[in-house]
Amino acid sequence: MVTQITDPILDIRGLLKTYANGPTALAGVDLQIRKGEIFALLGPNGAGKTTLIGAVCGLVNPSGGTIEAFGLDIRKHWREVRQRIGLVPQELSFDMFDKVIRQVRYSRGMFGCAPDEGKIEEVLKALSLWDKRDEPIRKLSGGMKRRVMIAKALSHEPDLLFLDEPTAGVDVELRRDMWKQIGALRERGTTIILTTHYIEEAEEMADRVGVINKGQILLTDDKTAIMAKLGRTEAVFELAEPMTELPAALATYPVALEDAGRKLVYRGGDGTGKGKREVAELAQDLTRNGIGYTGLDAHESSLEDIFVGLVKQGEKEMAA
Amino acid sequence: MNMRGAIAILKNELMRFFRTVFGSILSPVLTTSLYIVVFGAAIGGRMDPSQFGGTSYGAFIVPGLIMLTLLSESTSNASFGIYMPKFTGGIYELLSAPVGVAETIIGFVGAAAMKSLIIAAIILVTARVFVDYSIAHPVLAVGYIVLVAASFALFGFILGLWADGFEKLQIVPMLILMPLTFLGGTFYSVQMLAEPWSTVAQFNPIFYLINGLRWTFTGSSDVPIGLAFGFTLAFLVLCVGVIAWIFKTGWRLRE
Repeated sequence: MVTQITDPILDIRGLLKTYANGPTALAGVDLQIRKGEIFALLGPNGAGKTTLIGAVCGLVNPSGGTIEAFGLDIRKHWREVRQRIGLVPQELSFDMFDKVIRQVRYSRGMFGCAPDEGKIEEVLKALSLWDKRDEPIRKLSGGMKRRVMIAKALSHEPDLLFLDEPTAGVDVELRRDMWKQIGALRERGTTIILTTHYIEEAEEMADRVGVINKGQILLTDDKTAIMAKLGRTEAVFELAEPMTELPAALATYPVALEDAGRKLVYRGGDGTGKGKREVAELAQDLTRNGIGYTGLDAHESSLEDIFVGLVKQGEKEMAA
Repeated sequence: MNMRGAIAILKNELMRFFRTVFGSILSPVLTTSLYIVVFGAAIGGRMDPSQFGGTSYGAFIVPGLIMLTLLSESTSNASFGIYMPKFTGGIYELLSAPVGVAETIIGFVGAAAMKSLIIAAIILVTARVFVDYSIAHPVLAVGYIVLVAASFALFGFILGLWADGFEKLQIVPMLILMPLTFLGGTFYSVQMLAEPWSTVAQFNPIFYLINGLRWTFTGSSDVPIGLAFGFTLAFLVLCVGVIAWIFKTGWRLRE
């Protein structure tokens, strides 16, 4: 399931990280990121997401492997590379007593960019922080504080942006808002790598999805391809009269009788809508054949189900 | 070299200082003024100037008090400067920025040294109100003060990186620097001590610092001036070396 990417903006090969106190956070990660895409890295707590980002951004010294960004080795060309990378970490961490605009200016300067008030204004306006620019950060709401973190990371106009759990602890409305802003960044050509717990987030925003667990990438693929490959529709018809065996007319469908013949269950489709169509056809066929049903419960498997399945499968394989 | 980055850090650190300017300046100035009033004016009037190279006792203790302030302010400013982002997590930005050892030293250590120089200047001016002192070698005095401020700001920076709690930040200035400064001849000439204490005092590194500065003020001191300068310079080089090593290995910085 490894897709070869030509001319990646980020090329990670065989990345290892073992912490001094024992645990292995990254166990040989290979990952290539396309220029201009939004890549979502999914994984449970402690999977290695933050360590992986830390290794690229200079917060973590890898124990082995290579990382190239923009075609440059990040150790040898750390200055050039870091100037083009932005990082929004998970935790809110800045000088709480400082004013919003000053913190953003500070970040821009630290990354070696010439002062540019126009650019600072643009970033603050895009994140709806312009009205709050002279407020001390500690007075802002949690969501606003998170935006300040993003504003700081965008102040030097990075080509590659890392968002570590960008919407953790953010309410639903603000989350939608943030998705919109991340979408706008992509429009401007910024490549975005985000980690998330929320599968919904990956489903909504990402072009590609990678699943990481126990320091290993279990799979990376286009989101739609994953859905097509692993997505399923499940529909349960509650029959009016229990049946002992399947009528021949329904033999072409992936259906089975369950609950002593009281339920007819469809499991099929491919995550692209095929399942829904087949369930609709199946319902018509049931009516045509005079088979009555009193209830219908249908749902598509989400990326979440796929993800949980993959993680479980991965753990089984590792145990074996 | 990312000069803009260095300046951004320097400005940000100085801004932090000016945000709490009254507390930062008033407390050392008040403490030093009290020393001068109590020891210099009240008690010092009864001391025999011949024991202090012919200068009044008040003038004798001014360089010692400047050194006391320089050492504690430079060390604590720099250690807090780098410890705070470590504590809040804001250090992530520094580590992910195109900022290396040179930029960090210019920014953090430069700002800490500047802060303590501002305070030292204010104390010098304040002391003049109470004591009639003169400076024999003004250029060397300024040079030496800058050298000491920079050295101990570097030392404080290392301390701030090493510390993993507020307690450790306090321990070194309170339990090591302050006693050594008091025992190093801030308030007396080591020649006044009986043996073995006058010999023991020679093993106190701060003794050389205080006497180096005192020489630039009065033209006489308990140690050769070359030794004091050389000693301070060696300490500065050592601290730069340690910081360079820290950045290379990522000790206490990168996981």
